[in-house]
Amino acid sequence: MKIRVPPWLGTPRLDPVLLGLLLLVMGFGLVVMYSASGQDMATVNRQAIRLGVGLLVMLVISQVPPHILSIWTPWIYVFGVVLLLATWVFGVGRGAQRWLDLGIIRFQPSEVMKLAVPMMIAWYLHPRVLPPALKSVFVSLAILMVPSVLVARQPDLGTALLVAASGGFTLFLAGLRWRTLVVFAGTLMAAIPLVWPFLKEYQRDRLRIFLNPEVDPLGDGWNIIQSKIAVGSGGVTGKGWLNGTQSHLEFIPEHHTDFVLAVISEEFGLIGVALLLMVYVLLIGRGLFIASLVRDTGSRLLVGSLSLTLFVYVLVNGAMVAGILPVVGVPLPLISYGGTSAVTLLAGFGMMMSIYGHRKFIS
Amino acid sequence: MINYANEQAMKDPREEQLLFESRARAGFFVVVICMLGLLGRYFWLQVTAHQQFSTRSESNRVSVRPVVPNRGLIYDRRGRVIAENLPAYRLEIVAEKVQQLEPLLDELATLIELNDEHRNSFNKSRRHYRVFDPIPLKLNLSEQEVARFAVNRHRFKGADVVPYLSRNYPYGELLTHVLGYVGRLDERDIARVDQGNYRGTRIIGKIGIEQFRETELHGTSGYEQVETNVSGRVLRVLDRQDAIPGTDLVLSIDVAVQRAAWDGLGERPGSVVAIDPTDGSIIALVSKPAYDPNAFVHGISQQAYQAILDTPGRPLFNRALKGGYEPGSTLKPFVGLAGLELDLINTQTRVYSSGSFYIDGYSRPYRDWKEEGHGWVTLESALEQSVNTYFYQLAMEMGIDRMHDYLSQFGFGSLTGVDVPGEGAGLLPSRQWKRAARDEPWYPGETVIAGIGQGFNVVTPLQLANALAVLINGGKRYEPRLLYATKAAGIERAQRVRAPLAMQIPVKEAGDWQAVLEGMDRVVNGVRGTATGIAVDARYRTAGKTGTAQVYQLNEDGEYNEADVAQHLRDHALFIAFAPVEVPRIAIAVIVEHGGTGSKAAAPVARATLDAWLDQETGMEVQP
Repeated sequence: MKIRVPPWLGTPRLDPVLLGLLLLVMGFGLVVMYSASGQDMATVNRQAIRLGVGLLVMLVISQVPPHILSIWTPWIYVFGVVLLLATWVFGVGRGAQRWLDLGIIRFQPSEVMKLAVPMMIAWYLHPRVLPPALKSVFVSLAILMVPSVLVARQPDLGTALLVAASGGFTLFLAGLRWRTLVVFAGTLMAAIPLVWPFLKEYQRDRLRIFLNPEVDPLGDGWNIIQSKIAVGSGGVTGKGWLNGTQSHLEFIPEHHTDFVLAVISEEFGLIGVALLLMVYVLLIGRGLFIASLVRDTGSRLLVGSLSLTLFVYVLVNGAMVAGILPVVGVPLPLISYGGTSAVTLLAGFGMMMSIYGHRKFIS
Repeated sequence: MINYANEQAMKDPREEQLLFESRARAGFFVVVICMLGLLGRYFWLQVTAHQQFSTRSESNRVSVRPVVPNRGLIYDRRGRVIAENLPAYRLEIVAEKVQQLEPLLDELATLIELNDEHRNSFNKSRRHYRVFDPIPLKLNLSEQEVARFAVNRHRFKGADVVPYLSRNYPYGELLTHVLGYVGRLDERDIARVDQGNYRGTRIIGKIGIEQFRETELHGTSGYEQVETNVSGRVLRVLDRQDAIPGTDLVLSIDVAVQRAAWDGLGERPGSVVAIDPTDGSIIALVSKPAYDPNAFVHGISQQAYQAILDTPGRPLFNRALKGGYEPGSTLKPFVGLAGLELDLINTQTRVYSSGSFYIDGYSRPYRDWKEEGHGWVTLESALEQSVNTYFYQLAMEMGIDRMHDYLSQFGFGSLTGVDVPGEGAGLLPSRQWKRAARDEPWYPGETVIAGIGQGFNVVTPLQLANALAVLINGGKRYEPRLLYATKAAGIERAQRVRAPLAMQIPVKEAGDWQAVLEGMDRVVNGVRGTATGIAVDARYRTAGKTGTAQVYQLNEDGEYNEADVAQHLRDHALFIAFAPVEVPRIAIAVIVEHGGTGSKAAAPVARATLDAWLDQETGMEVQP
């Protein structure tokens, strides 16, 4: 008897290279987590379960054909913006309203926007002539600004940055003219002093302390100084797994969340950091390669911008741990402890896989 | 993605593909460059600067330790140190390094005297420090204890004796109610302060100036990056950022005047507040009895604290700031001024005192202190002899609400705004107040006695002194200040701090104010004055007003129980004074609880205080 399988179920459409690199990063992340959590297997297990959920999400999304995703795109975007507005009104969270409590689960609508913004801009630019006309550029900017501003005022600068960057990359890959790019970059720089009055006091403090950590070495500057000590003490080869002395014993705050790279640097040294960065570069490169294989404009833009967004994660987190960027909440992708961002990232990779796996049907 | 067949008519897929590929290449190029840049930063940290962050042994580690700023010193206005930091030693434990805490403590107890309170407060603190933070177990170790520990140090991993600066108040109880004291940082403090700046700090101002000026006195913590070995010993200092010491404070208190007032009160509970009317600075602020603040610095034992609580006269209660007293006749100058300024009387208005005053239609007499009465009196002679009838009648004409409105300008019934926490507001009654607070109408008889400062009126000694300063200042009202000057770290000269002006009472007729002061002058210097005794042999001319407060209730807490009241039925003695009359440089309020009459009990205290200020005053420089 022949079992009829719906076409969208079929065989898994996973890119083996991308999958391999992802598993490598996640596996390494769990190994580091064991050390960073003070050899607490329960923490590692919790993180493994989250990553497992993320992989499942990736698998499911990879089976959804791109044209279905495309149909959903505006709805996901609008839904995301509505959720952000809801967070504004009903949000929970200490100090910042980021979470929406749905009774059973609490989640951050801002995470959805990390995917929805590039999807929406890609969807919007897809039928237009590229490089985009000025009008298209402004519409795209509006698409990315609305959620970015909503996220920034939660306030969550890190996520706002990622949302804005993901949208910006879509525009960049769509062929935004260099001249326009320079003008926008210039305007953005000039706007920074204008943003200052709208920042919350703690955000200003973070920026001030970043510019001069010695101002408050025992308060917020503590994170930066401790993190630098941990990184610097690692040296070239590192102290070895489980042998970090700086990053253990609570010296580094949030050491298994945003500052996990400090643990890696201390235990695996410069070599470990270099290898890890290389794996991330390979992931990004593979993503851009997949994008260039795709014939469909919107899909191509989406895959490309999702890949480049990964770069922002790594760069901002790495720079923050090394004390060259202020402490903004950007995790080290797939390694930092915490489920939400990992699931979002893997959902993004699911879309990339789907576009990759379905590419022959598009042409 | 979906096919947009129609719209793609103008699109050139080939061109777009090429455009994308060039952009992707450019993007990837940027990615690689940035990643290399980031790696360069890690190279710098991990190779170039590695030495700075590395330790000589695997088991050692680099840690950042707070450098605690020295707490600012406090001086009196003549440069005497009234709060200082003395070198001392404390015993600290780092919980993380201790295998078993209880046996260690037992062992330590054989060398260093440890009682249950040391252990309890240590265990309480533990929750608020991280495992690698040193937690103080006992402060202010004796020299023997330090020596015994030093010899046996090797036996106590995780315990250490460290030097620190301990707060000391050389004048003890004399200044407790001004300075307050510092004490161990507790959980409520930790929740309140900037944790970064207090990471190494173990003490904080609890009350008084020490609390009110905590921010200035504390200073800013520094830090040092040190390499420590397994047991936490510092092996070398890698980097250091010095702390910024706390600001030194100069208070306007003159210890000599404070002492004179203190001694003048003798064993009787009471309060003296002296203010310089020219600038609103407080020269003396005495509340007696007091207690030794030094006991609180090292953590007072429950036993010692109970002993203070059990001391008669409530030493913990700051009478100068929140003791509520009936002002009695000391309110008369203010009521008299109100009458003049409201045009109800003039300086020539005469009233006949027969010994008793009656409200029309009522038979209850309101008495003068002289049974046969004082005869015809004007305002000045009414003040001189403290003639109640004059003020009974004036109060009736004025009405309680006008009295309330005029007197409130002097700060009666409201906080003075002094720069130390915990002052009381007193009470200046009005029709509205009585309706709101007691839900009762106002009765005429209450207006009559309000005219001589009795009934509902409640003032604090500080309010009374400040109101007097306003009166002799022609209506200029300052927020009284204890802080006289500050000297921040690294600054050569002390910066003078001036009391802010709270308000200027409108002066309708300067002569009115002069007449009241004239009346007060006659209290001391007139033939029939009620306080002539204190002027004898004085080298300056004093003016004042006596007062007697009926003891019916000390304050809102009901300070004494009924049995005590039976033993202390004597009235409170009050006296307000200023001197020299020609150019007043001090305004003073004295209250002696159960002292009897103001002239006998309170005025001599004022005399002693005035002498201390006016006989020794030479200049006003501040020399910390």
